[in-house]
Amino acid sequence: MEKNSPNANSDKDAPVSDGVPAPEGPANLIDTDYVIGQDNVTTRKFGLDVDLHGKVFTISSLLILFFVFITLALQDEVEPVFNAIFSFLTGNLSWFFLLAANIFVILAVALIFTPMGKVRIGGAHATPDFSYLGWFAMLFAAGMGIGLMFYGVSEPLTHFGTALGGTSMENGVRTDWAPLGAAAGDQDAAMSLAMAATIFHWGLHPWGIYAVVALALALFSFNKGLPLTMRSIFYPVLGERIWGWPGHVIDILAVFATLFGLATSLGLGASQASAGLAYLFDIPNNDVTMVLLIVGISAVALISVLVGVDKGVQRLSQLNMVLAFLLLAFVIAVGPTLAIATGFFKNLGSYLADLPALSMPFGREDANFSQGWTAFYWAWWISWSPFVGMFIARVSRGRTVREFLIAVLLVPSLVSVLWMTAFGGTAIDQVITDNFQGVKDAALELQLFVMLGQLPLTQITSFVGIVLVMVFFITSSDSGSLVIDSITAGGKVDAPKPQRMFWAIIEGVIAIALLLGGGLTALQTAVITTGLPFTLVLLVACYAIVKGLLSEPRS
Amino acid sequence: MFKKIMVPVDLAHTELLKPSLDLAADIAKLYQADTCYISVTANTPSALAKTPEEYAQKLEAFAKEQGQLHGQEVSSKVITSPDPVADMDDAILQAIDDTDADLVIMTTHLPRRLDIVMPSNGSKVASHTDVSVFLVRHSD
Repeated sequence: MEKNSPNANSDKDAPVSDGVPAPEGPANLIDTDYVIGQDNVTTRKFGLDVDLHGKVFTISSLLILFFVFITLALQDEVEPVFNAIFSFLTGNLSWFFLLAANIFVILAVALIFTPMGKVRIGGAHATPDFSYLGWFAMLFAAGMGIGLMFYGVSEPLTHFGTALGGTSMENGVRTDWAPLGAAAGDQDAAMSLAMAATIFHWGLHPWGIYAVVALALALFSFNKGLPLTMRSIFYPVLGERIWGWPGHVIDILAVFATLFGLATSLGLGASQASAGLAYLFDIPNNDVTMVLLIVGISAVALISVLVGVDKGVQRLSQLNMVLAFLLLAFVIAVGPTLAIATGFFKNLGSYLADLPALSMPFGREDANFSQGWTAFYWAWWISWSPFVGMFIARVSRGRTVREFLIAVLLVPSLVSVLWMTAFGGTAIDQVITDNFQGVKDAALELQLFVMLGQLPLTQITSFVGIVLVMVFFITSSDSGSLVIDSITAGGKVDAPKPQRMFWAIIEGVIAIALLLGGGLTALQTAVITTGLPFTLVLLVACYAIVKGLLSEPRS
Repeated sequence: MFKKIMVPVDLAHTELLKPSLDLAADIAKLYQADTCYISVTANTPSALAKTPEEYAQKLEAFAKEQGQLHGQEVSSKVITSPDPVADMDDAILQAIDDTDADLVIMTTHLPRRLDIVMPSNGSKVASHTDVSVFLVRHSD
């Protein structure tokens, strides 16, 4: 470490005082008088140390309490309000989401090929904290893990059905949900359209969204010396004002989206996992099972946040990667192996061929698909991006921008193609070849297990599937708690441990309260509406990335 | 009796460290032992330093200042971590090996109930190393 500091040897005889100069050369630090943690409240209550950003912590806690309260108390009143706001957003602003997401992907891809790709996160001499495998496992687990389990089978199958059904018109408006121009009656064309549409939602665009947030945060924290919180992205635009209310609002919004995003998906996930357990092992599918699942998941997440990123999140993510790989390899081996192998390239091809049409923000005829599916997904990914982006940023120090973008954008997109081809392709194959309708007719959360039920060793693979779902929840919960903790601590990653425990527990408590009291879907809708303000944040992030990278030395 | 003393310090809380620093200086003088001041710090910017390199410079300066108190050889070492709160114990144990220290002098808080769930760094280090560990209590 000493070797890395250029001034370490030169100022041996310099007077020792507080005037130690910042290192020059390896990174281009922003010169600000703001001291990280200067707005923090540090105290000791009930034998617990506390180190929190007063305003961000207090207001986001109150806001969270308020939303839990009104959702529980006025469930029937708030649900239509959230739904109306949300359908207004996806209905009228879908072009905005689609256009913005395209910008993120284009920027992320372009940066790989520019000289700016040579900039190293953390300065020219920084070294990575994690191995490639550990790093990638964490990126993937935080980014989508759980979604792939639930939508890997159901989404390709749904698009296959609607595409095969063709288009239908009523008063000059399309009423079908098929992507693009559909593929009425043509099974092969319907299959490639279905796979292209699914991969579109799980490929470059979501990862482009995450890459933009993560890269902006990593750059402004590790290279520019600003605290690791959302507000730092805004420095090139707002300057010193980010330390005041504009910054507080951005951070509070990020805490809100992260906490409720995690709590609602934990609640909904528990009901899905419980349905899976009932289907597989005849465990009663009721509130007790669900609450026990949430308590169990939160308890493991709690241990994981206590032992930290390295020994907690990283190890669980690696475990997950191994399990997911085994499940994937199994499906490829015992499923229609040849069809999956050729399907991978075929689907990749149809994805790239349909990409311009699918991502076109204007003049879409398939309004149901582009608004109900694509805009919904984009808002969803964007509302998750503060959490996923911040976590990815935190573990990516020491990588070059090019390395980072290949690992965050290209590799996960290819893995998504393979995963969707294997799971979705097998399910569609069961429909086409065996005329097996069971998967199509099953409830969303059971489709994976019904599909696995048609393959050998069902008990084992389904069990692996359930374990994967749970561990993915644990990794989301613990990495989310770490992210919320550092935002509410003003960007400190070394705040006292009880704070991260607090967030891990609160997440589980809110999930249980909403599960028993109702309102999980209503609040999830509210979370996704934060996709709109965050889209603006991300557009600023694009500007900030370019501006920030241009002033960095290239290694 | 001791050849190399390792003193884990957190530059953000130097006022709390005073007793253990004074003790380390006295023992260093008594046995003419080298002292190595180590810190485990976040790789993200902190209140004290915007980069780990800057923190390393501050620690080096701090070590020299301490050296003037006891007149023995000093050195310093910074260990960076993406999650310093969680990695503290392991990082200190690793540093004991790396620095070849035969005595660790570190500050620790008074025993409290929470220690059952989250043991103090001092007791964790003491129970996982062969070298002698001197825990200096501070009451806050």
